[in-house]
Amino acid sequence: MSDLELDFDLTPSVVRKRQLRRPPTTLIVGGSIIGVIIVLAIFAPLVTSYNPTTINLLQTLQGPSAAHWLGTDQLGRDIWTRLVYGARTDLSVAFIAVLAPFAIGTVLGAFAGYLGGWLDNVIMRVADVVVAFPFYVLVILLVFLLGPGTSSIYIAITVVSWISYARIIRGSTLVVKNQEYVLAAQLEGFSTLRIILRHILPNVISQAIVFAMADIVNDILAIVTLGYLGLGIPPPAPDWGEMMASGQQFLTTHWELSTIPGIAVVITGLGLSLFGDGLNELMGRN
Amino acid sequence: MLLRYVGRRLLLMFPVAIGVTLLVFFSIHMVPGSPAYTFLGPHATKTAVAAFNQEWGLNRPVPVQYWFFLDRLFHGDLGESLFYQSSVAQLVLTRLPVTLSLLVGGALLSVVIAIPLAAISAVKSGTIIDQIIRFASTAGLGMPSFWIGTTLIIIFGLVFPLFPVGGYGTGFWGHVDAMFLPCLTIAISISPQLLRSLRTSLIDVLGSDYVAFARAKGTNARTILLKYGFRNAAIAAVSVLGINIGFLVGGTVVIENVFALPGLGQLMITSILDRDFPIVQGITLIFSVVVILTYLATDVTYALLDPRVRL
Repeated sequence: MSDLELDFDLTPSVVRKRQLRRPPTTLIVGGSIIGVIIVLAIFAPLVTSYNPTTINLLQTLQGPSAAHWLGTDQLGRDIWTRLVYGARTDLSVAFIAVLAPFAIGTVLGAFAGYLGGWLDNVIMRVADVVVAFPFYVLVILLVFLLGPGTSSIYIAITVVSWISYARIIRGSTLVVKNQEYVLAAQLEGFSTLRIILRHILPNVISQAIVFAMADIVNDILAIVTLGYLGLGIPPPAPDWGEMMASGQQFLTTHWELSTIPGIAVVITGLGLSLFGDGLNELMGRN
Repeated sequence: MLLRYVGRRLLLMFPVAIGVTLLVFFSIHMVPGSPAYTFLGPHATKTAVAAFNQEWGLNRPVPVQYWFFLDRLFHGDLGESLFYQSSVAQLVLTRLPVTLSLLVGGALLSVVIAIPLAAISAVKSGTIIDQIIRFASTAGLGMPSFWIGTTLIIIFGLVFPLFPVGGYGTGFWGHVDAMFLPCLTIAISISPQLLRSLRTSLIDVLGSDYVAFARAKGTNARTILLKYGFRNAAIAAVSVLGINIGFLVGGTVVIENVFALPGLGQLMITSILDRDFPIVQGITLIFSVVVILTYLATDVTYALLDPRVRL
């Protein structure tokens, strides 16, 4: 009997509230890591008293000390400072870079899935063509053709990565568009645009948001990789990729120069991946 | 049956191939300003510019240019390098084996790393070992491949000098020796993706009705894992590797530059720095051919492994 009473208590809203009280551990841990890095990046001038681009040739390649927590690089610049300002550069570029592919891919995916027909065919065939190019090859080619610089990075990443969003959203739109509430909206005579914006997108967008977390990790990796290949954010702006590339010349004597920025990338990636996993779990519950 | 399936897949790839040639062809038109001055330098002579425009057909209408591009392509002509005194096709062909062996070696090694770890993680799901493996694979998702390479160079080249850290070596065993660290780098950088999906699919299989039935019959755990688990894991591995082939191939570009391997990726980056457009264009095309053919190979392997897929 008592079991039965318990079941009556557990209305969906009660279950939901109880579950919402305990967010997934991965979400908390990932969110904290990212939070700390973002705070450090935003308040970079308060975290360090050095300038990331000031060269001091009298103090090159020094080990860790009270004055320089992580030592200095081959041009005497404080490594901790460059790391913190590098987070500013790389994170802001990565977060901005994810916006356009997210928006374009989501809209195209929703229209392709909802309308079908020739539009669906054209969008998906274009996607097939872009996917036939290796990710880095196409990004490198585009940055080469457009000239190095932040705007080239945005364009290259947008051209390549809208496809994943479009495919994800199209897939779930195909499922959602046959649900009763969409059919009801169609019977009401609502416009296609209104149905897509108000009835389809709110129900499918969560998957794109979860994917966006993984995609930011990919974008950070792409940005530092371009920096490593000398095609990234132009110097002297501090960038983790450029730091690792220039540290490689000193691998035999000062391996920490290229290892430390790498660890920063790994920690950032870990935070975002955990946050994404947690978000996925949270959305799955709801 | 299999031949008909392959033929049908090839036919479906035709529009993609057309799209790829269009994109590669139009890439030169994306260069801001005059391509001739961009690639030959601002002080190029009028004759050199005219010759460049003639060679690339830039002085003709665009549809005609595309037609000439296709015509040359079907004759195996990818143009002449601006920097080396050689045809692009020849340069590409001599470097293709390095890149292909890196690709195949990396893919095989990633399977060797990911399958046992995924099996342990799935069987011991929820235990501390599972947690450690999952944490490591999540951390691995955010590792830049060139950083993995540099770290391996520090560990196996400088601290414990076991492997050569650059170059391609001589002779077959020399190549194998020289390729081990680069292949390991590729394997480590794609293993996390592979491991995560393999773990999920293994847990699904081990929780399925037919595995429960096999258990009820008294089949021992080892046989279940090997017979049911791995066949399904192999199918999942093939599809995950197939989906990530673009990342894999792109990864070789970066890794070849870390280990100074004379492959296509290294040629692509040096050609970019030399602004040698014909080579960059040719390599982009070859890479996409590799990707398209790998998609085909993935589909065929998938069909052979999974009896549910009809040929």
